[in-house]
Amino acid sequence: MSGVNSELILQRLQERFGEAVLGSETPYGLLTVEVTPESAHGIIQWLREDGELSINFLTLLGAVHYPENKGRELAIVYHLQSMVNNIRLRLKAYVSIETPVIKSITDIYIGANWQERETFDFFGVQFEGHPNLVRILNEDSMDYFPMRKEYHLEDATREDKDDRFFGR
Amino acid sequence: MSESKNEAHFKQKAGLFSSETIDGEIATLNLGPTHPATHGIFQNILTVDGERILASEQTVGYIHRAFEKLAERRPYNQITPITDRLNYCSSPINNMGWHMTVEKLIGAQLPKRVEYMRVIIMELARIADHLVCNSVIGVDAGALTGFTYMFQQREAIYELYEEVCGARLTTNIGRIGGFERDFSPAFHTKLQNFLKTFPKHFNEFDSLLSRNRIFMDRTIGAGPISAQRALDYGFVGPNLRAAGLDYDVRVQEPYSSYQDFDFIVPVGTQGDTYDRFQVRQEEIRQSLRIIEQAYANLPEGKHYAPDVPEFYLPSKEDVYTKMEALIYHFKIVMGETPVPVGEVYHSVEGGNGELGYYLISDGGRSPYRLQFRRPCFIYYQAYPEMITGSVISDAVLTLSSLNVIAGELDA
Amino acid sequence: MGKVEVINDAETFNGEGFQLTMLDKVIGAARANSVWPLPFATSCCGIEYMATMGTNYDVARFGMERMSFSPRQADLLIVAGTISKKLAPILKQVYEQMAEPKWVISVGACASSGGIFDTYSVLQGIDRVIPVDVYVPGCPPRPEQIIEGFMNIHRLVKNESLRRRYSDEYKHLLNKYNLNEE
Repeated sequence: MSGVNSELILQRLQERFGEAVLGSETPYGLLTVEVTPESAHGIIQWLREDGELSINFLTLLGAVHYPENKGRELAIVYHLQSMVNNIRLRLKAYVSIETPVIKSITDIYIGANWQERETFDFFGVQFEGHPNLVRILNEDSMDYFPMRKEYHLEDATREDKDDRFFGR
Repeated sequence: MSESKNEAHFKQKAGLFSSETIDGEIATLNLGPTHPATHGIFQNILTVDGERILASEQTVGYIHRAFEKLAERRPYNQITPITDRLNYCSSPINNMGWHMTVEKLIGAQLPKRVEYMRVIIMELARIADHLVCNSVIGVDAGALTGFTYMFQQREAIYELYEEVCGARLTTNIGRIGGFERDFSPAFHTKLQNFLKTFPKHFNEFDSLLSRNRIFMDRTIGAGPISAQRALDYGFVGPNLRAAGLDYDVRVQEPYSSYQDFDFIVPVGTQGDTYDRFQVRQEEIRQSLRIIEQAYANLPEGKHYAPDVPEFYLPSKEDVYTKMEALIYHFKIVMGETPVPVGEVYHSVEGGNGELGYYLISDGGRSPYRLQFRRPCFIYYQAYPEMITGSVISDAVLTLSSLNVIAGELDA
Repeated sequence: MGKVEVINDAETFNGEGFQLTMLDKVIGAARANSVWPLPFATSCCGIEYMATMGTNYDVARFGMERMSFSPRQADLLIVAGTISKKLAPILKQVYEQMAEPKWVISVGACASSGGIFDTYSVLQGIDRVIPVDVYVPGCPPRPEQIIEGFMNIHRLVKNESLRRRYSDEYKHLLNKYNLNEE
């Protein structure tokens, strides 16, 4: 248990990456740093290799769709943790929905492979450098990205549900 | 640490997700999607040279039920039945994890009694999950007796769940803020009975397989993975502990008073099927220890948190007599409960490892975004690497020892 | 040990050295008491089916303990668990591969009608792709309910006419589902 805590991580990130770190907050004790999408890959790589911070485990990779934030609709969220220092970190990178492109981190964490495929399947985020970016959970013939807010939960092609009974 | 023979062979022959075919000598075999022994629906297209596996391609998603989209539609207390169906062999753990996530978001303080009750239920669920996994490893190796013995013990655990919540498998147990009722006298009797009789039956099951020459020959060396490779893939839980790393969320970030209990975290050495089997066996014993400690020291108090009336249904006497209770009851049932805006990540140690809930709330009646960190989904990626170079029967054993539950994998 | 009552499952007329019965009844009784199931178990209902296979609820007393995972040797297709649209063609293929006579039981709410998952990816009931004989509702149904489903199947099997599979009505049913005859 070293003295690695959220303030130290934020300080090191700001020292090393400067303008790439756009903002930070700590909701419920978990340091959340917003970074530019171009720098996300470099930051994650540096965090893994840095001996003092040793944030070397990818917990979760996902995306969130904010349709009202024009130009920043898709937030790609990386949850990282350091088992040795017992600390967690959340990185967010915002991309626009017209060009949802970000560099893939499968060369740093091989476990990100399927998680990026799932994010592509649900939101349409294009991960550059991913070895096999195809749909994983949905059928290959599906032509839309279901988790985006504009799509319904139910299957739109069903014709046997009577709307009178379902309150619509 | 140098690469193991499997990793080098895998990287040379297969690349990451493609396979080469040379005319005539190499065959393609389809393992799945309807897989015997009810493991779930996974398809592996194997490229085999005789019986040696050279490469494999996986297809998942055959039971994708869109939990994350479904959770955006439902109010917070109606999401518990969905979390049941993630790892359905140990559904109480999923339920409790969800309740703890919401309690973290709203900042609720729970009485000690509730936390100890939760620990008892979660450890029973862990025992149930590991019993399924280990007996199914036995079934895949040809030993069907352990399955019949241990499912009898699972019936005893089901009876305990029924005393608390009424359901056997998909329990929807507990509420945000505690439990709906305190443990009944019948529960106490059954739990004491269980603690007395289970160890004997479990030792009988253990004696059938643990030091059985045939079982050891089949499982030692089947599907190994090194600790570094496991970390790269994102392994957690018993599979990571079998590879040598003692990461357990209950110890690392204790929740629900786990720091009060004395238990060890078993760790393996090689990360092969035998190690995974033994780690789960030992975890069953440790879970029993935790239940005994929690039950012996069960503190007095309420079985619910009194400071979250917006989430916890008031008692019926109050609903029929008091105005505020009636309003709270109406709002909870209609799903109009006020939730602060925020984002929270909470994880619990599920049957397969760190089960995480990433919840973003915008103050509305249902979550804005709920993402489940599903351990099965993440570590199943390593399966091709673990089976390359082994024979098909070892591949089947490796799959069952990973305890891949389809509901959690596809969500 | 209690008294065991041995019943004659098929109506017979017994005489000195001969037994007179109807072919339908004997074949019906033989088929019903030895149904070989194919457990197509995908999710939670599959675990309840495993508990039914266990010693507490025991399907072996019905002659169903021999699980056949090869469709060619199975009589009863037990679909337990959610079927997604991705899996539907595979379910149809498994059903087509089974040899006549075959029955289908749909265990659980998800297989019967999509269950609680009214989503874009879940098939709202397997009767959209294959004909179903018995539905067992529940989420998941208790083993006793699954056994009642089996007993209903046994009733259907015992009383089925021998020419049913060749009748026009049955062919019309298969055509409705676009099932090929294999």
